[in-house]
Amino acid sequence: MSTTEQTSPVRDTGSARATRPGRARGPDTGGGGPRTVLRYTLLILLGLLFVSPLIFMIVTSFKTRGDAGGIPPSWIPDPFTTQAYESILTTRGTPVLRWFANSLVAALANATLVVVTAALAAYALARMQFRGRNLVFGAIIATLFVPPVILIIPNYLIVGELRWLNTLAAVIVPTAASAFGVFFLRQFFLSIPDELEEAARLDGANPWQIFVRVVLPLSRPALATLALLALLTNWNDFLWPVYVLFSPEMQTLPAGLSTLQSANAVRYDLLMAGAVIASVPVLILFVFLQRFIIEGVSRSGLKG
Amino acid sequence: MTTTRVAAPGDMADAARRTGRRAPRRGVVKHGRATPWLFLAPYLALFGAFVIAPVVLGAWISLHRWDFTLPGKPFVGLDNYQALFDPDSIVFATFWNSMRATGIFTVASVPLLMVLPLLVALVMNQKFPGRNLFRAVYFAPYVLGVAVVAVLWRYLLDNNIGLINHYLGRLGLPSDIAWTTSTPAAWFALVGVTVWWTLGYNSVIYLAALQDIPRELYEAARVDGANTWQQFRNVTLPGLRPVLAFITMITILASANMFGQSYLITQGGPGRETRTAIYQIAETGLRNYQMGSAAAMSYVLTAFLMVLSVVIFWLFRERKQR
Repeated sequence: MSTTEQTSPVRDTGSARATRPGRARGPDTGGGGPRTVLRYTLLILLGLLFVSPLIFMIVTSFKTRGDAGGIPPSWIPDPFTTQAYESILTTRGTPVLRWFANSLVAALANATLVVVTAALAAYALARMQFRGRNLVFGAIIATLFVPPVILIIPNYLIVGELRWLNTLAAVIVPTAASAFGVFFLRQFFLSIPDELEEAARLDGANPWQIFVRVVLPLSRPALATLALLALLTNWNDFLWPVYVLFSPEMQTLPAGLSTLQSANAVRYDLLMAGAVIASVPVLILFVFLQRFIIEGVSRSGLKG
Repeated sequence: MTTTRVAAPGDMADAARRTGRRAPRRGVVKHGRATPWLFLAPYLALFGAFVIAPVVLGAWISLHRWDFTLPGKPFVGLDNYQALFDPDSIVFATFWNSMRATGIFTVASVPLLMVLPLLVALVMNQKFPGRNLFRAVYFAPYVLGVAVVAVLWRYLLDNNIGLINHYLGRLGLPSDIAWTTSTPAAWFALVGVTVWWTLGYNSVIYLAALQDIPRELYEAARVDGANTWQQFRNVTLPGLRPVLAFITMITILASANMFGQSYLITQGGPGRETRTAIYQIAETGLRNYQMGSAAAMSYVLTAFLMVLSVVIFWLFRERKQR
């Protein structure tokens, strides 16, 4: 079963189990009854716990200043207004649209860099034989367990030497060497049948052509998964942008939210509007590409 | 010489085809000597510059009085480390206070993030309509990132107008808890928010592992008369062992890196009680520019985490042999 999973990290979780109807465990085999009711009650209550804060965030972003600080808190904006959005989008000290653009550029550039460099490296490590291969792979894997805290101070100096402080390069390049990415793609490449590459080789293709024409097209789901995970990680990164981006117009959205919070401590209407703007793109990605994201995360556990 | 090198992988591929799919799948690509290094070069450039070099540079910095704003950066040997362990030094109290904060947070959050996601995964590890929807709902907070989550919860936890105190009051409980400005309430808040944020992440990893446990094992256990608890104890837990080790590791590392929640919800307060080690390191090095001291702190924290990792691997390995 694990082999089939490896060849297709984004398989439909339902279909693999469809051939084995029934429950995976437990003695309760009935289709309905009190157990089902209990399960759904639990799941729905838990679901509300996760969803209701997000709904309240959206609701509050459409409230007036007074309504957002009202007691008791209400779940319906009265009156409904978009003035919080208008306010933060037009205040000069908090250029939210600029932050949005910064975050978008940084996340796209970082994800591209992650996927390109990891794919190239993973291909060499999966399919070529050379002295030092195990050493290189071992060194990359070892850094999966290096606490990132150790890199903060020296990377600040390196980024400073490169004159990248307070530029988007500081949040694009240093985090692009993804050890997880190399590991993840190497696993995937190893699962591609040799015969396909062998056939291309007999047709006279060189390693680069095999990589581009045979391996990459077959790896689209894996590449998409890694790109999405990198995109999310970069979009949400917080500590590093807070310290390396200082001027208001250079912030990414998470760092900007922190600026917004220190400028408007209890203006929760404004803060929730900012939080909604920062959430919308990732929520949209999540709704449409949920399967890739969740499969990518669940796959990360199987290396243990 | 190049020819002999390339011939080998080709032969192996031929052998692989002859013996079927079991032969080692290594090096099927015919390539020149430099080719693998050309493929590796872009990654290794980044890896060298922003992972390997910083580890070495950090150690070097920690041996200097490295103040970003001062021209001279004199070599001071192990002075920065000594100061961290000298109760009379200025940094001693701030550093160990922050280590204590990280310790409290880790000890409080890791068990919850081990157990609760497992319970959720066990409930989800059964086929029922709407399963993928629930899985997505529980996972959703994670995709929002720490800044959105923390700013949102700073509002919900507001002492005066927050939803949490409001509903506590409705239930007849104290409705004036200072979640963000007093301890231990602040610890409950920080741990609670973190569980809310990352529960779905760990659940998804558990769920994938549960689905890999062969059903036949449960059937065999049932034939032997094992009840639900015995099945969990003798089939599920052993099957989850590698993933338990993995989740313990990543959860501890993530907890030890806790920053955004404290920075945005409590601002490290009250006083500096919830200012974690990584927060202290960033402030010392990147706000006050005492990089030598901050680098030494990050090496001490890393040493702690490394020892912890070794202990965890050892614990899980030990049980495996029994």
